Amino acid sequence: MVKRMLILLVLVFFTIMLLPLVSEIQPQTVLNSLAQKYVQDGPDELGGANLVTSVIVTYRGLDTLGEVAVLFIATAGVGFLLRRRKDTVVAPVKKRESSEILQTGTALLMPLIFLFGIYIFLHGHLTPGGGFQGGVVIASAVLLSLLAAPQSEMNHKLLNTIESLSGAFYVLIGVLGLYLAAGFLDNRILPLGDFGRLFSAGAIPVIYSLIGLKVGSELVGILDSMQRSES
Amino acid sequence: MINLIIIALGVMMITAAFMAIYMRSLLSSIIAAGVISLLASIIYLLLAAPDVAMTEAAIGSGLTTVVFLYAFSKVKSGGEDSHG
Repeated sequence: MVKRMLILLVLVFFTIMLLPLVSEIQPQTVLNSLAQKYVQDGPDELGGANLVTSVIVTYRGLDTLGEVAVLFIATAGVGFLLRRRKDTVVAPVKKRESSEILQTGTALLMPLIFLFGIYIFLHGHLTPGGGFQGGVVIASAVLLSLLAAPQSEMNHKLLNTIESLSGAFYVLIGVLGLYLAAGFLDNRILPLGDFGRLFSAGAIPVIYSLIGLKVGSELVGILDSMQRSES
Repeated sequence: MINLIIIALGVMMITAAFMAIYMRSLLSSIIAAGVISLLASIIYLLLAAPDVAMTEAAIGSGLTTVVFLYAFSKVKSGGEDSHG
């Protein structure tokens, strides 16, 4: 009873604390000064048709690097917790074969989903989406193949190489920006090109492709270690 | 009109959230949690944020659900869970 009362008290307290947020909310009709600057100068300055991508990759590039680092640490944690212990040799569990429909469907759909993921991160500066979304779509394609063939072994060396190389090149491009352009992760180390074309917006497509590869390989690693540890 | 759709989606989200908490089986809870993300991504799309909508749909309702399902099957095979 006392516990219930305490929970109720905490809830009431939070309601009173958060009430001003709800009651005093004003719909914004004009952009604030920073957003104004992004909208006005972004397309000319960075050459990206999708302003969201310009903000994520260049204006707020350091935050994105931090985000990628967080994802990397999370993946490392999952891999560490679900690692295969060398001393305990588990007998290979006989898994049920996946159904005919799933196998045939995977053979048809997996290349298409893969291609779609690559399209999303290559066109991140033109259309909605980008490295993170494309990477997750690629991971879902690999998930489909993992479900269709549970016994298959992933090429871990290739995955790790892709992951670490793309991470290293991401930072390298960022450092190049320090020397060739205005600052860390500046996209103007490459020519800006024509607005709205695939080869435009400087280094944004390169950076987002690297992020896409990195996120994709990390998430595939998570799914693979979860699949293998499931005995 | 668009406001009505958004409010309806929000109500559905809250319903799905309560279902995720109060469902008897853990599997249904996981599915309900995925439904929340799916509805949220539709709301983001209606509010003209397709980038966020894509992320929410792919990560929230796709990948997270799958990771939860893997964890669920691991918990189930590892021993009896008191919550069933």
